[in-house]
Amino acid sequence: MTAWLEWLYATGWANAIRENDVAFPWIECVHVLAITLVVGSISVVDLRLLGVAWRDRPIRRVLGDVLPITWAAFGLAVASGFLLFASNAPAYARNPYLQAKLALLLLAGLNMASFHWWVRQRPDALEASPRPPLRARLAGAVSLLCWLGVVAAARWIGFTMLAH
Amino acid sequence: MRQTVAAFCAWLELTPFSRQLQTREWVVPAVQTVHLLAIAAVMGAMLLFNLRLLGLRGTDVALSRVSRRFLPVIWTSVVVLLLTGAVMIAAEPARSLLNPAFQLKMLMLLGALVLTAVTGRPLRHSPDYWSASRWRGQLARFCGTASLGLWVAILCAGRWIAYMGVH
Repeated sequence: MTAWLEWLYATGWANAIRENDVAFPWIECVHVLAITLVVGSISVVDLRLLGVAWRDRPIRRVLGDVLPITWAAFGLAVASGFLLFASNAPAYARNPYLQAKLALLLLAGLNMASFHWWVRQRPDALEASPRPPLRARLAGAVSLLCWLGVVAAARWIGFTMLAH
Repeated sequence: MRQTVAAFCAWLELTPFSRQLQTREWVVPAVQTVHLLAIAAVMGAMLLFNLRLLGLRGTDVALSRVSRRFLPVIWTSVVVLLLTGAVMIAAEPARSLLNPAFQLKMLMLLGALVLTAVTGRPLRHSPDYWSASRWRGQLARFCGTASLGLWVAILCAGRWIAYMGVH
């Protein structure tokens, strides 16, 4: 692991991001844009699953409207996040807030996967009543909390890395 | 003008409120986290509204319904952004008020808010306003595109404040 981090740190492009005055801030702009789009779009789904908002639109329609945006933004967030990570890999890997953020991302992913698996078993469950079933509300609440945590942890990474 | 702003910053820095913020290290990142969450709400809401305005997404729902759903989210979030932004300014006045990235950001924010009001307002009383004529349709698409571009530029300018500091 350490060897890989050292190798990543020493690659030409990681070095270029580190040395260049404008590369890091611009990649950060893309990363922040991507994260806010992920959180802003997934929270529409989460609030719909909770039965709080957009209630007059079927859940499947909301999922269809929003999830392609979420996935595209997530891809962009991972790619730009990896570039930022590479620019100072060993230090980022040690950062407790980055570790917390990755753990929360994993949790959000597991929550989503198990929810989709559940939906696949019961294709009609989502549209049965105006108020979503407990399983759907639970998935929405867990997702919302995970993403709130991701944003908070992400902000603290910046502050704690500055101190190094 | 610049000297007036600099004098204002120097005064603000010494106020008891500002000094309280400066001595509590966790306040600024906590306020910035709320600021970021509000940005996420604006970005999600403005994207879904503008994509609908451009006819690229959710076209099976009336534009007026999409605007009723998402424009209040934008306005509420903007209030949160102004309040959290004000706390960040109070904590470090010169970092933002004298910063060209911040000044550009405020100018673009004004433009984005005008575009949001201009596109959203007519829909309250005439739901088909933007599809009533070909000319209006084109104007709506122009406003939607400009609004998307402005919000992205506002976000980038916001991130650049940290790098164009006047210290």
